[in-house]
Amino acid sequence: MSGTMTITLNVWRQRDRNSEGRFALYTLPNVSPDMSFLEMLDLLNLDLVRKGEEAIAFDHDCREGICGTCSLYINGRAHGPLKGVTACQLHMRTFHDGDSITIEPWRAKPFPVIRDLVVDRSAFDRIMAAGGFVSVRTGGAPDANTIPIPKPVAEEAMDAAACIGCGACVAACKNGSAMLFVAAKVSQLALLPQGHAERARRVESMVAQMDAEGFGACSNTYACEAECPKQISVTHIARLNSEYLRANLT
Amino acid sequence: MTLDSKIPAGPIEQKWDNHRFAMKLVNPANKRKYHIIVVGTGLAGASAAASLAELGYRVTALSYHESPRRAHSISAQGGINAPKNYPNDGDSVYRLFYDTVKGGDYRAREANVYRLSQVSNAIIDQCVAQGVPFAREYGGLLDNRSFGGAQVSRTFYARGQTGQQLLLGAYSALMRQVGLGTVKFYERREMLDLVVADGKARGVIARNMVDGRLESYDGDAVILATGGYSNVFFLSTNAKMCNATATWRAHKRGALFGNPCFTQIHPTCIPVASEHQSKLTLMSESLRNDGRIWVPKAKADKRAPNQIPEEERDYYLERLYPSFGNLVPRDVASRRAKEMCDKGHGVGTTGLAVYLDFSDTIKRNGKAWVAEKYGNLFDMYKQITGEDGYESPMRIYPAVHYTMGGLWVDYNLMGTIPGLFVLGEANFSDHGANRLGASALMQGLADGYFIIPYTIGDYLASNKFPKLDAGAPAFKDAETSVADLTKKLIAVRGKTPVDVLHKELGKIMWEYCGMGRNSAGLKKALALIPALRERFWKDVTITGSADAFNQELEKAHRLADFLELAELIVRDALLRDESCGGHFREEHQTEEGEAKRNDTKFSFVAAWEFAGTNRPPKLHKEPLKFDYVKPSQRSYK
Repeated sequence: MSGTMTITLNVWRQRDRNSEGRFALYTLPNVSPDMSFLEMLDLLNLDLVRKGEEAIAFDHDCREGICGTCSLYINGRAHGPLKGVTACQLHMRTFHDGDSITIEPWRAKPFPVIRDLVVDRSAFDRIMAAGGFVSVRTGGAPDANTIPIPKPVAEEAMDAAACIGCGACVAACKNGSAMLFVAAKVSQLALLPQGHAERARRVESMVAQMDAEGFGACSNTYACEAECPKQISVTHIARLNSEYLRANLT
Repeated sequence: MTLDSKIPAGPIEQKWDNHRFAMKLVNPANKRKYHIIVVGTGLAGASAAASLAELGYRVTALSYHESPRRAHSISAQGGINAPKNYPNDGDSVYRLFYDTVKGGDYRAREANVYRLSQVSNAIIDQCVAQGVPFAREYGGLLDNRSFGGAQVSRTFYARGQTGQQLLLGAYSALMRQVGLGTVKFYERREMLDLVVADGKARGVIARNMVDGRLESYDGDAVILATGGYSNVFFLSTNAKMCNATATWRAHKRGALFGNPCFTQIHPTCIPVASEHQSKLTLMSESLRNDGRIWVPKAKADKRAPNQIPEEERDYYLERLYPSFGNLVPRDVASRRAKEMCDKGHGVGTTGLAVYLDFSDTIKRNGKAWVAEKYGNLFDMYKQITGEDGYESPMRIYPAVHYTMGGLWVDYNLMGTIPGLFVLGEANFSDHGANRLGASALMQGLADGYFIIPYTIGDYLASNKFPKLDAGAPAFKDAETSVADLTKKLIAVRGKTPVDVLHKELGKIMWEYCGMGRNSAGLKKALALIPALRERFWKDVTITGSADAFNQELEKAHRLADFLELAELIVRDALLRDESCGGHFREEHQTEEGEAKRNDTKFSFVAAWEFAGTNRPPKLHKEPLKFDYVKPSQRSYK
């Protein structure tokens, strides 16, 4: 381990959904390069609590890049500077002594701020409830090997299913579009034979809910793919569009 | 109190079928009259909530997460077991049952384990129908791989993200019901008390984590699917929010706690880097298939691993276990690593790590071969440590990973409070003293999809539920007691932040009640924990207020409970004067240093009854009988 660093942090603070927010400036010494980004925030929070100030609220849970809970906009980029990495897997060795880091919550109208860096992403759940499923009751399923699925198809479905629902795609998009999130689920279930019976209904309901939640339109800038920590491809958006067209033609 | 496990009579193959026939049914039209509260929406909770709603019950589901998809089930990498016997390698329901009872070192209930094995095949069918993209062969059929503790390939997997895909399957089933209006889902609600009225579990008190309000949820039965308590060690592979508050507060309301000392330590985790470490990360144990574990023969050898010649390395697992080598079970591999480090052979800056070396495999099969099989794990290692595992050996160390103990339940998954059902890792039931790989996902989904939908109907149909709403005295009393506790926590206004005290608790637990335990150390912990608890109540500091989003307050509630649970874990470890599975009492080992059970004295489930904080709990024993798998000494030589 090399020496420690001093970092200047510019952090969004907001008491609740209805309050006005502002940036607050903190100087944090003794940051070890081996710390994760969130451990650096833990350290800052320990300092704040010791001084009797309120800790900075931020969402996090697994800290292994799979639960999709962490949602930090770091120096103007969703999940920070590295490609294919969630904020919780980002480590301080990526930064340098004396660096200044700005941390904001996801910025998108359908994700209102709850407090500080915590946002409400329940819009994603409502999109899922609208159609992001195969309607099978527990107990009625045929043997798992009844329908063979070609390996490349299963792999492509898995590529789409890898979405962690973090919302970085929405935060990165200038339009606040949720197309990549919706496309990942539509595409997964459109690829698999199990999803075929409901494919038209699914894509229509999910897109309708997406629009109702106030997410913007896709204008093909591909910022979502660039910032997606699971590197979900925009080709799934193409499949979403073709599924939507197909549903409306039939 | 007498513990009745309610194991049905008859041959083991017929118990579940007979029981299903004997149980009372709720008529389809009457199901909507019953209201079930489900706390926790991970694999077990989401699958239960969805399945019960499909049957027609009214369901309310609560989660401290913002969405059911965030539950820690999502982090499981390896896979899920089912004895489909697709590979034609001799698997059967009976073999999975046998492996699981043996793997649990003969401390699980045979009847439960058999049923788990029986229903596991249907889980795979269900998940495939939901659109879970399991790995497939080129012919389009499902692929299987092998896992520790078994000689057959019965593990279904979705890359290294099986838990994620299974959880998203259960989540989609749950969200479908939410969309249909049959499940009401409340996010960011943390259960802080169980409401018991007329001797039955009738609801919960939960804190709305956004605005701090206490809310009462009333129903006819309560299901807890709130996960395990590994975070009592502070550092574990569990997600940061995982906690024991729901189960512990139910325990304080009368639910017995079973085998709390049965905790599992996983051997292949990324070691602690610094004092600031907030959690540990596991790497799939499949790495041990092709990696060789070693330490320098010389003590405190500070040379870089590549500078240490072959003859100066100790491949200790291969030396001690010539036939199993690096593939010994989790508990054995973990203990040996600790032993090597304790003797001064540990590597890295902290000296608390051993090498996991792929250089021989890379020489033999090439880097591309290793990358295809384990690439994501090497990437993860590099992300966290900044080191390249292809160039020099990775460093690993054991970490707490899973808790086999939990609330005691009978065969119907009902605890000692009528109407309180406990599913998944939160209950104590199926894994005995050691869980085999790829069995946690299986148990969570078995409980939720295929067991609770039957057993809860029998309970509801057999009991009367006088009308009770959230204004009833039982609710008001519980709400007041939670409000008082919250006030008390905030009023301490000491100097030490919650996490600092939590780390101290973790150190005590790891030192005295971790991989190796002995009477003297456990007694020491029994003095240290109450003292730390006292300090907590005098010196903790919580900033912010109770009526707002306040993560410090959330953590304080959880730590208050961990500080009580920790003592129970230690008491249980002290009582269990034998070694079994993950519970290793140093006084009881074979000449080769393996766990030595004492079946004459300890073939029982230790179920503890709460008797008040700072009072010794009362022990109840459920004797374990093995009619099918005869206990024997495990050997991996």
